[in-house]
Amino acid sequence: MDDTTIRIVDLYKSFNGQKVLDGINLDVKRGKITVIIGKSGGGKSVLMKHLIGLLKPDSGEIWIDGTEITKLNERELNQVRMKFGMLFQEAALFDSMNVFENVAFPLREHTRLQQKEIKRTVEEKLKAVGLLAFTEKLPSELSGGMKKRVGLARALALDPDIVLFDEPTSALDPVISLTIEDLIKETQTRFQKTYVVISHDIAGMFRIADTVAMLNNGKIVAAGSPYEIKRNGQEAVKEFLKATKIPGFAGGEL
Amino acid sequence: MFEGFVKPLFKPVTYAASEFGRVFFMLMEVAYWTFRGPFKFNNLFKQMEFIGVKSLGIVIITGGFTGMVLALQTYYGFRRFSSEGLVGVTVALSVTRELGPVLTALMVTGRAGSAMAAELGSMRVTEQIDALTVMALSPVKYLIVPRVLASLFMVPILTIIADFVGIIGGYFVGVKLLGINEGIFVNKMVRYVDLDDIYNGLAKAAVFGVILGLISCYKGFYTKGGAEGVGKATTEAVVVSSVTILISDYLLTSLLF
Repeated sequence: MDDTTIRIVDLYKSFNGQKVLDGINLDVKRGKITVIIGKSGGGKSVLMKHLIGLLKPDSGEIWIDGTEITKLNERELNQVRMKFGMLFQEAALFDSMNVFENVAFPLREHTRLQQKEIKRTVEEKLKAVGLLAFTEKLPSELSGGMKKRVGLARALALDPDIVLFDEPTSALDPVISLTIEDLIKETQTRFQKTYVVISHDIAGMFRIADTVAMLNNGKIVAAGSPYEIKRNGQEAVKEFLKATKIPGFAGGEL
Repeated sequence: MFEGFVKPLFKPVTYAASEFGRVFFMLMEVAYWTFRGPFKFNNLFKQMEFIGVKSLGIVIITGGFTGMVLALQTYYGFRRFSSEGLVGVTVALSVTRELGPVLTALMVTGRAGSAMAAELGSMRVTEQIDALTVMALSPVKYLIVPRVLASLFMVPILTIIADFVGIIGGYFVGVKLLGINEGIFVNKMVRYVDLDDIYNGLAKAAVFGVILGLISCYKGFYTKGGAEGVGKATTEAVVVSSVTILISDYLLTSLLF
């Protein structure tokens, strides 16, 4: 089987004349964690929204497991979306439902499982993110980190082939960020799904990434293993990594 | 000339036209999804409770006092030419044909329409609506259809209650407080008020229900720009719904009656 699950070819998108994506080309490997890094407001979220059909490109192609999705209608897109789970930046939990119902929601809507099986699956997923004791809580009663963990459990509920993460560690303190990163790595290792993460948190993401792609000025300027990216000679990459001021990252100060 | 002077002049008109078009498209979408399964009635019942049952209190108060003040005003008017007996029928016709449906719709807009816009608006800005789309579910089917249908069903039902309470209020003020002869009061009402008066009022109420549900959902659904956007959407939902209800009231009345 081809090991490329997502292929992006010459993707362009402008908003009100402002170019956000300026010819993106990227291959995402199956069963790996691919992290797309780049500046805030640099089009990372826009790129991710294209992958799942929330936005349509001006031109270019997106292939998901051999299906070109940019020309599909809403019904065909929904078929493709069934392969995806997504963790949103603010988790996007339904605040009218408690934790259990949030994770159960995709199962209730898309499967004919009995209540007992739904309960079993939900508990399994909540256990994986360490929140089994919080099933009755409403999202408003949870901290930011817990919300993200529930969001991850919900994204994994239907065992999707591809899981998208929109800034999974933004707005979290360093300790919680670490646990979320570990959780991403752990669940990926356990379930062997394709993870695509967008983030500007370089240090954390380099720890868990199999592949890192750098988005700058609407283009992917570099892609490779974290090691390769750290040693990349391009000015844009060096400048971005330098800003972390972490030893070992191109030019980072000691 | 056109760019500088005429275009800005027409801007509100073109804006209103494009908004009307988008609301119309949403109506088409709602109609499409209404008849497509799988049907889950839980959401619908929840919305019917929120829009209907929980609006009962304000609708009863509004209806009751409207009937009472109508009786008072018409009494002062009719007394000048000794036609106090017509107070009952005037109250009943005004309430069933006009004030019942319109005031009910306006009160529901203020109470439930604003809440719908605010809820959908905050769901939009916290990406909950995107989350539904990503889960391969139609947000229109899950969020908007139940709300519009609930308004369509509940505004007429609330109107029936407002009509009833309004007439009782008129009776109380006219007969008990102002001392109009009870027999004449009731007899004229029964003789001159047709079922058609009530039905037409209810038909208007149903249309108002769709208008307020649709516009409130539309404004909330397309909210932009964080908390400020939610506030703006909520205000616009109430203002635009109310104005549209009043304008369509005139158009419907001239068609129906």
